[in-house]
This record gives sequence, C-alpha cells and structure tokens, in this order.
Amino acid sequence: MDQAFFLLFAAASVITALTVVLARNPVHSALALMACFLQISAIFVLLEAPLLAVIQIFVYVGAIMVLFLFVIMMIDVREAVLQRFLPGGNLPALVLLVLLGVEMLVLVLWSDRFSVTEPVIVRGGDQIRQLSTTLFADYLLPFEAASVILLAALVGAIVLARKEQG
Amino acid sequence: MVPLWWYILLGVVLFVIGAAGVLLRRNILVVLMSLELLLNSVNINFIAFGHYYDDFRGQIFAIFVIAITAAEVAVALGILVALVRNKSTLKVDDVTMMKG
Repeated sequence: MDQAFFLLFAAASVITALTVVLARNPVHSALALMACFLQISAIFVLLEAPLLAVIQIFVYVGAIMVLFLFVIMMIDVREAVLQRFLPGGNLPALVLLVLLGVEMLVLVLWSDRFSVTEPVIVRGGDQIRQLSTTLFADYLLPFEAASVILLAALVGAIVLARKEQG
Repeated sequence: MVPLWWYILLGVVLFVIGAAGVLLRRNILVVLMSLELLLNSVNINFIAFGHYYDDFRGQIFAIFVIAITAAEVAVALGILVALVRNKSTLKVDDVTMMKG
C-alpha cells in the first residue's frame, strides 16, 4: 500500500518536474512546479514528517510560488516564449549532466548503506513536541541566525526592487 | 514498507532534472524555479535519512534549508525585477554587466 502511494507520488513529481524544465511558457513552469511541491509534501507525509509537509505547502506553494507568479505578472513573458528553446553549444553541460546522473545512480545502487530497514518505533502523538524541543534547545543559535538571514533578505529585496529616486 | 533507496533514487532524479534546468535553460525565471527543485530534492534526502535512522536532525536541517530558500528567492526576485527594469531582458546570456 505504501509502495503504491510512493510510486504514484514519485511518478507525478517526476513528470511535473520535467514539465517545469521543458515548458516554454514560464507560467506553465510555475504551475507545474506548484504541483511538484504538492507531490513532494505528500512524500513527506509518507516519511512521517507531517510538520515538514505542512511547512512545505505553506512556504513553497503559499509564499514562494505566489511570489513567482506576481513577478511573472509584472514582467512581459511573451518575448520569453518566442525565444529559442535550447540554444546549441551546450554539449559540455549535457555530458556533465549525464555523468552526474550515472555517478549518483551507481553510488546509490551499489552501496549497502541504503539497505536500512524502516524503524518500527511506535511514538505517541508527541513527535512534533520532541522535534520542537530539539529545535529550540539544541539548535537555538542556528534558528536565530536563520531569522536574521530572513530579515536581511527582506530588507535587501525591498532595496533592490525599489525604484531609484530621481 | 518502502525501501530507503527508492527515496534516494527519487532525490537523484529530481536533482538531475533540476540541474538540467539550471544548465540548459536560458530563461532566468525557469533557472530560478529549477534551483527550487534542486533544494527540494536535497530536502527529500534529509528527511528520508532522518526517518530511516530515527533522528530528528534530518527534519531540523530541512527546516533550515526551507528558510534559506525563502530568503534566496526573495533576493533573487528583487534582483530580477531590478534587472528587467534596467535592461529589459530575461535571458541569462544577456546579463554580462559584470563581465563574468
């Protein structure tokens, strides 16, 4: 049952990811990316990480993709649709990609590090409580650093996108 | 029971697709979206290993990755809006102001 659901979500996410890269219109790419993020959040549910699934939907689908769509609306994308799709002269990039993919596949399929069986620990409903205790006790400093980074990015984005005075 | 390497394989496939988008597409918007795809495949790996080794740190690192991604997208789209206002182009090849 789990395997069937995993195959369904994985196939859908791979197909939508291919649509992101292959679609000519950036709007189609953005919508396919939104669908892909939804599939990945379903996979997080399969991995028993419900908090991460909800964060994925809130942050990616709710915030980042809306930001992308707003920027696409501000920009005239008709010119981008007309431009040449995959310009020539990127044979080195293709070779690099094939090498990268083959290398990772070989590493995954030959290594015995990935043959771990799933732990059968029955936790109560306090998994999120343990997660937040770890996050706010052991990882407090990285958490604060992340919030400062977010603040700096907010200020930087406003300054960058502002019209220059005069 | 889904074996662990299925998840790792899904992460590999999504990573290669995203890298193809970054390296082969010339539209800045699509390049940024492919970057999101790359970071998501890394998140799948983090959470899969965290689940199978029964460790919370995978999920915690995934949370940090998501936060940094949000910051990166905000700055990148700000730069994109400024770029389109000044040069009115969306092609990566045309952005050579810094002689890179």
